Amino acid sequence: MIEFNNVVKSYSVGNKALKGVSMQIEDGEFAFLVGPSGSGKSTIIKLITGELKPTSGTVHVNGYSLDRIRKREIPYMRRTVGVVFQDFRLIENKTVYENVAFVMRAIGAREREIRDRVPYVLELVGLDTKSRRHPGELSGGEQQRLAIARALVNNPSTIIADEPTGNLDPARSLEIMSLLMEINNLGTTMLVVTHARDLVERFPKRVIAIDEGLIISDGMDGYYHYEDQ
Amino acid sequence: MGIIIMKINNLGYLLKEGVRGIFLHGFMSFAAVCVTVACLLIVGSFSCLTYNVSIMVEDLNKTNEVLVYVDETLPEAEARSIGAKISTLENVFDREFITREDALKDFIADHEGDESFSGVEASDLRHRFRVVLVDNALMRETVEELQNIPGVAKVSASYELAEGFTTLQKVLQIVSVAVIGVLLVVSLLIISNTVKLAMYDRRDEIAIMKMVGATNGFIRLPFVVEGFTLGMLGAGVAFGLEWFLYDLLLARLAEVDTLKLFDFVPFEQLLLPMVITFTAAGLFVGIVGSWTSIRKFLNV
Repeated sequence: MIEFNNVVKSYSVGNKALKGVSMQIEDGEFAFLVGPSGSGKSTIIKLITGELKPTSGTVHVNGYSLDRIRKREIPYMRRTVGVVFQDFRLIENKTVYENVAFVMRAIGAREREIRDRVPYVLELVGLDTKSRRHPGELSGGEQQRLAIARALVNNPSTIIADEPTGNLDPARSLEIMSLLMEINNLGTTMLVVTHARDLVERFPKRVIAIDEGLIISDGMDGYYHYEDQ
Repeated sequence: MGIIIMKINNLGYLLKEGVRGIFLHGFMSFAAVCVTVACLLIVGSFSCLTYNVSIMVEDLNKTNEVLVYVDETLPEAEARSIGAKISTLENVFDREFITREDALKDFIADHEGDESFSGVEASDLRHRFRVVLVDNALMRETVEELQNIPGVAKVSASYELAEGFTTLQKVLQIVSVAVIGVLLVVSLLIISNTVKLAMYDRRDEIAIMKMVGATNGFIRLPFVVEGFTLGMLGAGVAFGLEWFLYDLLLARLAEVDTLKLFDFVPFEQLLLPMVITFTAAGLFVGIVGSWTSIRKFLNV
């Protein structure tokens, strides 16, 4: 579960990126986070992943209080959250298999577990036949599916997807969104940050709209409640 | 406990990654090993030189004796018995009794051909002890103790010479510590920069690892393995070269007659301290160099 209570985040230059955000995303829920550039979306993601601490207010993610989390606890909190980036952030000199396997190694998984789990996840995202390829040999959609496999492999309870379709054509975007829905159906909490109005409107899910550091609407009708800048 | 299990599960992988890093940044690794070899070679040569010079100084030091003159009214047997009291002093390394007759022989030998001393007789001289000290830096205190022994008439010591030797040893120690320190820091910086470059090259990978919940220890270990391997490799090569060059130098010195006066110790005698020094320096440079350079990349 993700819970923000009256969260304010100020940067050193003095401007407030968040001016008192409160929201709650329940376990297994699917939500879109929408808003124009500079509205505070990235700050919310960084607060959820523990890259930033709130200036005031409280942030709870999967049982961790991020406003007072100790530094050495952050890696363990991050294992409960998978992150998918717009620019994929894959490791070019590792194969598809290794890109996913090294994430399991990073949390101390045994080689046997890795050999069992990685092929399963690659099959889930439709990349099981390309496990020996390198990211450079994959299409944009395939690279994003690989990034999703990487976010998924440690079985996190939450996945944050930051503009996951930003670099993809409409057909591939739809494919990725469908994949994220499928993963959500398996029980994973999903927060998708996006600009893609058509996609948001195509999937009738909860939409949290943010502008100038404040939540301006939060509804279950899958409707985009702000005008993109 | 969990962290330990994680480390054991991944140890093979982490070691492999560390070694892979060396080849991935082949040129920088080569440069780091070369610089470490050069620095450790200079450190080693300086240590060998310092060791040899300090042994020579110690030998010379032992020739600087203190003469303890016995009261002339004491018969020879009583004079000899003072030797036992001299030996009880902590700073006394060795003592030798010289009768007034032997002292006269030495005196005549030293002043051969000098008419002004022709009338000197044994009875004009005192029985004496030739005393070698353990540490000439404590000469003044020891002389005072010797003077307090009943039956001792006078003690003669060359403080200037003793203090000269002590100063020389101290200067040598300070210079060698300074040179060794500077060279170790240079090696440390080079290794540290090599690892920094390796980390910069893999900053995206590190950021992803941080993002998926890898601990700092997990991220750090391959780089520490890389630094350790480079440091030990540099130390090994430097040690071999040092041995070869030292033996070569000794062989060349043996061919020069005038230099035979200097008694250099064989490298085998330096083997253990050298192995310890090179290993410690390699470990220190490799591990500390990589450990310190990683910190800023871990703040994600």
